[in-house]
Amino acid sequence: MATELPATPTASERMAYRAAQELRDADVVFVGIGLPNLACNLARETHAPGLFMIYESGAVGAIPERLPVSIGDPSLVTDSLAVVGQADIFQCMLQRGLIEVGFLGGAQVDRWGNINTTVIGDYANPKVRLPGSGGACEIAVHARRLLIVMRMSKRTFVETCDFVTSPGHRVHGKSRAELGMPGGGPTRIITDLGVLDFDATGEAVLAEVYAGVTVDQVRAACGWPLRVADSLRMATEPDTAVLRLLREKLDPKRLYL
Amino acid sequence: MNKLCSMKEAIAESVKDGSSLVIDGFTHLICFAAGHEIIRQGRRGLTAIRLTPDLVYDQLIEAGAVRKLVFSWAGNPGVGSLHALRRRSEASSPERLELEEYSHFGLLSRLLAGSAGLPFWPLNNYAGGDIARVNPSIKAVTCPFTGQELAAVPALRPDVAIIHCQRADTEGNAQVWGLLGSQKEVAFAAKKVIVVAEEIVSTELIRKDPNRTLVPGIIVSHVVHEPWGCHPSFVQGFHDRDNDFYVKWEDISRQPETYRAWLEEFVYGVKDRQGYLARLETGLLDKLRAKARVCEGVDYGY
Repeated sequence: MATELPATPTASERMAYRAAQELRDADVVFVGIGLPNLACNLARETHAPGLFMIYESGAVGAIPERLPVSIGDPSLVTDSLAVVGQADIFQCMLQRGLIEVGFLGGAQVDRWGNINTTVIGDYANPKVRLPGSGGACEIAVHARRLLIVMRMSKRTFVETCDFVTSPGHRVHGKSRAELGMPGGGPTRIITDLGVLDFDATGEAVLAEVYAGVTVDQVRAACGWPLRVADSLRMATEPDTAVLRLLREKLDPKRLYL
Repeated sequence: MNKLCSMKEAIAESVKDGSSLVIDGFTHLICFAAGHEIIRQGRRGLTAIRLTPDLVYDQLIEAGAVRKLVFSWAGNPGVGSLHALRRRSEASSPERLELEEYSHFGLLSRLLAGSAGLPFWPLNNYAGGDIARVNPSIKAVTCPFTGQELAAVPALRPDVAIIHCQRADTEGNAQVWGLLGSQKEVAFAAKKVIVVAEEIVSTELIRKDPNRTLVPGIIVSHVVHEPWGCHPSFVQGFHDRDNDFYVKWEDISRQPETYRAWLEEFVYGVKDRQGYLARLETGLLDKLRAKARVCEGVDYGY
């Protein structure tokens, strides 16, 4: 029986859909767990059936038939094209330059797209100890395009990250080119209020808002004086068919939604 | 040489106070049975190494076995924090644990150097960020051919590596399928290797499918037969992850009192892995057992 669909999408549904729009058919994607995984599955079901999914745990060309509960779920192995050791993932896939798109989120992001997943407060004496980098640092260094997916608040969108785990466009005053980083750096920050692009200097600029969201609302949720693009766009939103797909097929147990 | 022994013997002979060790696995093949035996034997001052220290490392920390943690991502994957670790690593903690931190690629590179018998390993990483700033073991090196500046990390040679596998023979030829994590690099980097297997099989069976062997017996010192030794982690083709436990662990481990009570019941309160399994909810193992998905045979003929 079909479930009743509310008229408007939830914040998570908007983010998953908007992130899926960034993926092109046949892109090689380094998939993270959670909304990025859902966005990839959605893209695969709609406009990008040939999306090539690589997981940090070693699954290459995975097509998991259930939503993985962790990055190392056994369903990633079943029907994968290849399963390799993690050293191969980081050396032969990521550092070799094979990854087009990476996804990251974090506890803090700043205006240059630097991300913190290490500590809140001083490193040696932290207020909160977070999980650390995992593969995030190398994804930020090597992916040709990086999508940041994060809910927006003054606490998470900060003037300066307490710790730069994963570098964005400018790190401690130096550009990626000056630092010799091979990947392209963040292209978009997809949030629950809208989408931020990066200008030629590498600064995040508000480029899209969702229907019903004002610029003032977005600015109020940002910890630095957020610049707004000259031509502010309306973010594309999932239609009923997409919502049905997300809710009934891709995440029926609402693991991520 | 027959290296088959009990977990108790393997740990007693290999893991000493102050040892550096890896109980490897990446979500897959994490040998909780080995961690619990180390806790029961009361080891102290360990340097615990793994890319992804998870629940069993947190339990070793709570039990007071660990002095230092070398890692790149510490959490309860998909669920939350490691609470014993957090209680010993934040500003308000009275008893601080020593932490040495990398990204996954950095720590893997240390193991690659260790497994290759080289003093260091280069990687194109860390430029400008804070990970290298706070870890003096990450240094810069200039390529002698191109002049490019790269990061370099020192070789890691743990005293002991414990790796779980689907099957092994009594000499330690160990076969693994599914997610491989860093088990191969960890085993070759370590000075001593304990192989723990779901099944002990004949060498003849291993020889029938030699490409499946991840670790050859020549680097293995002990072989332990411990079915279900990975619960609540999973073993491809044998059983799924007990995800409900990982979710429940968030509540159990948040308070020191409930954490200690769990350790008392499931670790100190049992003699061995069989005792632990007997305490699990009836029917749980049947629920987790894998449904068969057998691949067709491979022709090794010539």
